[in-house]
Amino acid sequence: MSTSTRPPESAAPSLLAGSVEQPTFGEAVSNYVRKVRGGDMGSLPAILALVVLALAFYALRPEKFFSALNIANLFQQGATVTVIAMGLVFVLLIGEIDLSAGVTSGVCGATLAIALTKWDWPWYGAVAAALVVGVVIGTLLGTLVARVGIPSFVTTLAAFLAFQGVVLLMIGTGGNISITDNVIIAIENKNLPPWLGWALGAVAVLAYAGASLYGWSQRRARGLLSAPLGVIIAKIAAVAIAVLGLVAVLNQERSVNPVRSIMGVPIVIPLIAVLALILGFILTRTAFGRHIYAVGGNAEATRRAGINVPAVRTVCFMICSTMAAFAGIIAVSRATSVDPNAGGSNVLLYAVGAAVIGGTSLFGGKGRIIDALIGGAVIAVIDNGMGLLGYSSGVKYVVTGGVLVAAAAVDAISRRRARATGRL
Amino acid sequence: MTQAAYAAPNQAPPPILEVRGGRKNFGAVHALRGVDLVARAGEVTALVGDNGAGKSTMIKCIAGIYGFDAGEVLFQGEPVNITDPAEANAMGIEVVYQDLALCDNLDIVHNMFLGRELKKGIQLDEQAMEARAAEVLASLSVRTVRSIRQHVASLSGGQRQTVAIARAVLWNSKLVILDEPTAALGVAQTEQVLQLVRRLADAGLAVVLVSHNMNDVFEVADAINVLYLGQTAAQVRTKDSSRSEVIELITSGSANGNAAAPALSKTTPTANGSNPA
Repeated sequence: MSTSTRPPESAAPSLLAGSVEQPTFGEAVSNYVRKVRGGDMGSLPAILALVVLALAFYALRPEKFFSALNIANLFQQGATVTVIAMGLVFVLLIGEIDLSAGVTSGVCGATLAIALTKWDWPWYGAVAAALVVGVVIGTLLGTLVARVGIPSFVTTLAAFLAFQGVVLLMIGTGGNISITDNVIIAIENKNLPPWLGWALGAVAVLAYAGASLYGWSQRRARGLLSAPLGVIIAKIAAVAIAVLGLVAVLNQERSVNPVRSIMGVPIVIPLIAVLALILGFILTRTAFGRHIYAVGGNAEATRRAGINVPAVRTVCFMICSTMAAFAGIIAVSRATSVDPNAGGSNVLLYAVGAAVIGGTSLFGGKGRIIDALIGGAVIAVIDNGMGLLGYSSGVKYVVTGGVLVAAAAVDAISRRRARATGRL
Repeated sequence: MTQAAYAAPNQAPPPILEVRGGRKNFGAVHALRGVDLVARAGEVTALVGDNGAGKSTMIKCIAGIYGFDAGEVLFQGEPVNITDPAEANAMGIEVVYQDLALCDNLDIVHNMFLGRELKKGIQLDEQAMEARAAEVLASLSVRTVRSIRQHVASLSGGQRQTVAIARAVLWNSKLVILDEPTAALGVAQTEQVLQLVRRLADAGLAVVLVSHNMNDVFEVADAINVLYLGQTAAQVRTKDSSRSEVIELITSGSANGNAAAPALSKTTPTANGSNPA
């Protein structure tokens, strides 16, 4: 690493290393406020929307909305859309779109169901088959976009049509494949035993606290700029309250039928958490993740830096379609069957909406996995809350469409504002 | 030891880069028709010439984006054939293009290490990269940057140029080619970047500075290489040269006037300077 041509160290006193003025708690807070006012809002609008919506639905249906049963329901309803949205973040980050992610989940779900029922494969074989189909679809889409050069809008719109046909051909018109495999059904319909929920929650909080504090101490030791300890501890406390509070709620008895007990964290929650951790790690901690942001920011500069841009793009589409495959598996588990409409209608638009509402930019280069989780929660709350209020599907679509436009408007406006204040 | 001392005067170190008779054709267009360049360590060599003289083509050939069709390239005295930008980077040739090639949505550290990230296992080693970036910026006496974790979008033109140049010297580079680094800058920022260019050379790098601006060239360059219609008109020492001589080289391709009009170009050097560009 050392360079022979480097100017001598004594040429200038070190600018940053070792001599950093570490910000205080108050400065950190005011820096954050300045960042938000400068247009870099992150997930803040989505979190505010989530709070407002939750309070509104609570006010209208106090006995129902915050019940343990409904909260567990929220997660199980929102799981499919959220998982697709996590994959879409990768495609949106490089400034592309995958309109076929919803029906891809349908194709993968149909593959799972056919493997389970017609071929009598064990559940793990069927899951692997569904994931392989997802990877193959992603490779195909990515190659068409990145190497052939067809705009992703057209490629994936064509795929959207074609895959609807594929699902029809696989299942047959008017057909419906029911599954009976207990493992697959458990994903969306069974819960962790309460003790395991507590244990996993505690492990998650401890791991988060350990990782944050370790990173913080390392940065301090090397004299690098780091957040004040107070901010780190406040974040750990917030995570602990959220995680353990959720476990506490979900571990309550929520059965409406006194004969059969339902309690514990739905299995799909840790599944989503693991997927989110893996994807988040790829995006923020690996060179490949960094290259994804770089392609979204300035593809030409990335190419000149010696990065294989078509390969990065292709892999982003592969990740997106693979996440769609996971979503397809979750959807099959929830419905315990596949019908020809799997992954169609509103699934994709809800997923795009989730990513964008959470703060991922449609213009590329900006977005996080947490965006998909928060945005997915907003979508799920709208869908669930309006259902509780007895609104028809028509009204739900109109409201969700309105929220999506509002989120895209926030994205466009904050981007303009970020340009003006030099933040992007 | 005595022998070495005797040998020394005749054995000045070879220039970092030497191009002899470089040619490049694009189909029927002869973009470069015999270019020569010598870039020595510790010196700023300015590459000047009118629009279309072949400056950009030449640096792209050196950087391996095109590769010369004919001619000789010597790197530290050794003949080389650079056909690929990665090859040029590996040898220690870095180019800072006019558009800087920075990603606005990444911070300074990420931009400096883009494509060559330091890793700990499969993870990025953020701390090592940050410390190293800070060290390089400090060694270039860059003080105008508030935090090296701020996004490049929030930097001024001069600061962006500085980041691009710092990225070029982060590696074990021997030759840094700067394409019009001051073209888009104001007066104060131009001054800062020129000082930075000077410091690079003083630190032992060979610097090639492509520029249109005679003030910049005469302020920092040790040698001036003039291209005229795809050919090297001359490479002169700055201290042995004058502004009017260089301008004449740029516009007519010869300093003392050619056989056609020696008297005219000598007596009215500005007459050529006012020719349509």
